[in-house]
Amino acid sequence: MSRHTLSVLVENKPGVLTRVAGLFARRAFNIHSLAVGPTEHDEISRITVVVDVDELPLEQVTKQLNKLINVIKIVELEDAASVQRELLLVKVKADVTQRTSVLEVVQLFRAHVVDVVPDTVVVEATGSPGKLDALLTALEPFGIREIVQSGTVAIGRGSRSITDRALERVTRSA
Amino acid sequence: MVQGPHPAPPRTPVSPAVVGATPRPAPPSAPTPVVPADRVERVTEQVTGAQSIVRSLEEVGAEVVFGIPGGAILPTYDPLMDSTRLRHILVRHEQGAGHAATGYAAATGRVGVCMATSGPGATNLVTPIADANMDSVPMVAITGQVGAAMIGTDAFQEADIVGITLPITKHNYLVTDPADIPRVIAEAFHVAASGRPGPVLVDIAKSAMQASTTFSWPQEVALPGYHPVTKPHAKQIREAARLLATSRRPVLYVGGGVIRARAAEQLRRLTDLSGAPVVTTLMARGALPDTHPQHLGMPGMHGTVAAVAALQKSDLIVALGARFDDRVTGLLSSFAPHATVVHADIDPAEIGKNKAVDVPIVGDLREVISDLVPELEREHAQHGKPDLEAWWRQLDAWRETFGLGYDEPSDGHLAPQHVIQRIGELSGPEATYVAGVGQHQMWAAQFIKYERPNSWLNSGGLGTMGYAVPAAMGAKVGEPDRTVWAIDGDGCFQMTNQELATCAINDIPIKVAVVNNSSLGMVRQWQTLFYESRYSNTDLHTGHGTRRIPDFVKLADAYGCVGLRCETKADVDATIKRALEIDDQPVVVDFTVSRDAMVWPMVAAGVSNDDIQYARGISPSWDRED
Repeated sequence: MSRHTLSVLVENKPGVLTRVAGLFARRAFNIHSLAVGPTEHDEISRITVVVDVDELPLEQVTKQLNKLINVIKIVELEDAASVQRELLLVKVKADVTQRTSVLEVVQLFRAHVVDVVPDTVVVEATGSPGKLDALLTALEPFGIREIVQSGTVAIGRGSRSITDRALERVTRSA
Repeated sequence: MVQGPHPAPPRTPVSPAVVGATPRPAPPSAPTPVVPADRVERVTEQVTGAQSIVRSLEEVGAEVVFGIPGGAILPTYDPLMDSTRLRHILVRHEQGAGHAATGYAAATGRVGVCMATSGPGATNLVTPIADANMDSVPMVAITGQVGAAMIGTDAFQEADIVGITLPITKHNYLVTDPADIPRVIAEAFHVAASGRPGPVLVDIAKSAMQASTTFSWPQEVALPGYHPVTKPHAKQIREAARLLATSRRPVLYVGGGVIRARAAEQLRRLTDLSGAPVVTTLMARGALPDTHPQHLGMPGMHGTVAAVAALQKSDLIVALGARFDDRVTGLLSSFAPHATVVHADIDPAEIGKNKAVDVPIVGDLREVISDLVPELEREHAQHGKPDLEAWWRQLDAWRETFGLGYDEPSDGHLAPQHVIQRIGELSGPEATYVAGVGQHQMWAAQFIKYERPNSWLNSGGLGTMGYAVPAAMGAKVGEPDRTVWAIDGDGCFQMTNQELATCAINDIPIKVAVVNNSSLGMVRQWQTLFYESRYSNTDLHTGHGTRRIPDFVKLADAYGCVGLRCETKADVDATIKRALEIDDQPVVVDFTVSRDAMVWPMVAAGVSNDDIQYARGISPSWDRED
C-alpha cells in the first residue's frame, strides 16, 4: 500500500462531504486524513483526502468519486510536485524550570507559542507530516497534555491552478 | 383516488433535451421532437410548491406516477387529482410503486416515476431504488419529507431518506426551498436518463409544498460535475476492430448496457459482420435474437455450456455494456485466462473494476458499436475476414453435445421448464416476460426465446424476490397493447401479490404464472447440493397435496382476477391458451410443478467456470478440445 493525496474539487452544497466520505467507506477504502475548505471561488469547495491504497484500487476510487454528481474534478498531488502541510496545536507542560528548553525546541522548528499560562504553553506549528512528527518527538520529554491536528492540505507547485478549468465549467453552466 | 379508464399514453417521450442544457440524441425507436431552447415557450406561474411539483412532472414528460399518499406528501396529491396529463396509479405498497416504475422504465426506455410519503413510505421504496441502481434503470422517486423546521427532530414519520438512499441512488436531493422544485425535478430526470441510467430520489419538505412560489419552465440543467462521455475514442475503436479482425477465438460478451443504450440494431450489424459468437447476459437477453445462428445463449452460473466455454477458451472478449459480474465470471482469477479484453461501457468505473482490460472504450454503446462497424469493415477490406471455422466447429460441438434440456420429474408433478417453455412458445416474441428471482427466473432466461430487446425484465443485480408482479404491472401500463407475463415463483409471488388489487381496479390485465413448487426452490436446490438435502425453512406449503396456504386460485379470485390451476402436462397448453384469451382481467395461473427440478447447467459459487456441471455430477471434459 502507498499513500496518495487527492485534491477533490466539489460543488459547495450541503451534504457533499457526506457523499465523498461515504463513498470511501462504502468501497472499503481507508481515509488517512481529510480536510475541507473554501476556494477562491464561492461555488467550489476543496477536499484534500489522503488515502493508503494501492495503484489499482486508487484508480477505482477516483473513478467512483468522479461519478458523484457534485464532484467537479479530482487531481492526485504527487509529493515532489506539491506543497503539503498540516496544522498542529499542542499543549506542552512548561513550568518555570523547563520553559526555556521548550521554547528552544519551538524556535528550532520555527513554530510559535500562541498561549502561555504558568504551567503550560500551546505551540502552533505547520509543516509536512514528517516535520510535525519530529516536533512532537522533541516535545514528548516535557510532557504533552493535549494534541489537535488538521488533515493535510496540499497545493501543486508552479503557476498553474487546478481550479482554472473547473471554474470554466461552473461559470459556463451557471 | 381511483381514476377511471385512461387512454393509452402517447408514445412520444419527452427527452431531457428539452429541459436540459446538454441535448441528447433521440433514440430512433422513439423519435423525439427536439425543440430548440429558444423556441420553447417560457412558462411562468404563481403556484404552491405542490402545484410546482405536478407542473414540473407534466412538463418534464412524465405520464404515469405510481404511488401512495400519506401525511407529508398530501399537499402534492391535491393538485395531482386535477392533472389531465399525469396518470396516478394508486398501488397497495410503496415497494410495488417502485418496481412498477422500474418495470415501466425497463419496458419502454422512459423514466419511471414513483411517489411516496415520508418515513415508512420512503423506506419502503429502498428496495426498488437499490434494485434500479444495480440494474441501471432510469427512475425518479418523489418522497414527501416532514416540514423543514421539523427536520432533525425525530418528528412523526421522519426518516433521513436522502441519507439512507445515498449509496443506492445515482444522485438524490433534499428540497426545502419551493423555488428549487422545477430545477431539481428537471435535473433529476436528466440525471436518471442520461449516461449510465439510474434512480434519482427527490425528497421534498412538506413546508415547501405548502408555500407559494413561482413555477417556471423550461429549466436549464446546470451540473458542472456531470458530463457523461458518449463519444468513444477513435484510436481505441481502431484497436478493437484490429483485434476483432485478427483473433481466432473471439466472443462478443453482451450485457444490459446494450439494451439500455438501445443498441440492439447496431449489435446485430456487428454480429453479422464479425462472424463472432455472441453471449447475452441475464440483463441482455433479447439484445440479439435467440434465433440468430451466432447466439450461444446466456453465460454465467446457469448459462449454457457453449456460452460459458466460449468465454473460457476465447482469445478475445469484446465486452459491450457488461460488467464482469461474479455470476458471469465464476472464480475471477481463472476466468478466460487466454483472452485479450476489449471493454466498452458508458461508465468509466466499470472498466477494469473486476477484470484487467487491454482496450478500454468509454462511450455510449450505440455510438461505440456504430463506430466499430465501419472500422471493422475497413480491416476486413484490407486483410480479409478472419478464419473462424475451427472456432465454430468447436462451438457447434459444444452446442450439440450440451444443449439445454431437462429430465421429466418422477414425482408426477409438472416439469417447470416445460411450463415456462410453452408459455414462451404460445405467447410469442412480442410478449413481455417479467420474472421474479430464483429457479423460475433462470428457467425463464433459458427456455423462453427472446427476439427483441426489452422483452425480458428481471432483477439481475440485486436479485429482488417480489419484483415480478409489480414490474409486470408497470410494463403493462407502459405498453398496454402487449401481452405481459409475470413468471413468478410461489415464494416471490407472496412478497408482492397485493398489487393484483391495483391491476384489477385499474384495468391492467397482466398474466401471472406462479411456477409453484411449494418451496423456496433455488435455496432448496442449494440445500440439495451443498447441505446434504437438509431442507431448513424452505417448505412454503403452497401445494403438493397437503396444504395450499394460500390457495392461489382463491387468492386470485379474492383480488378480482381470474384464477386458473394446472396440474397435468396434458392441460398445460390449454391452460396457457385460456390465460391468453382473457384480456379484460388479470389472470393468475397456479402451475403445480415438481420441487425436485433443478437448474442446470451450474457453476457453483466461487468455483472456476472450467468446472461447470452440465447436470449433477456431469462435467464436460475440455482436454480433447484444447
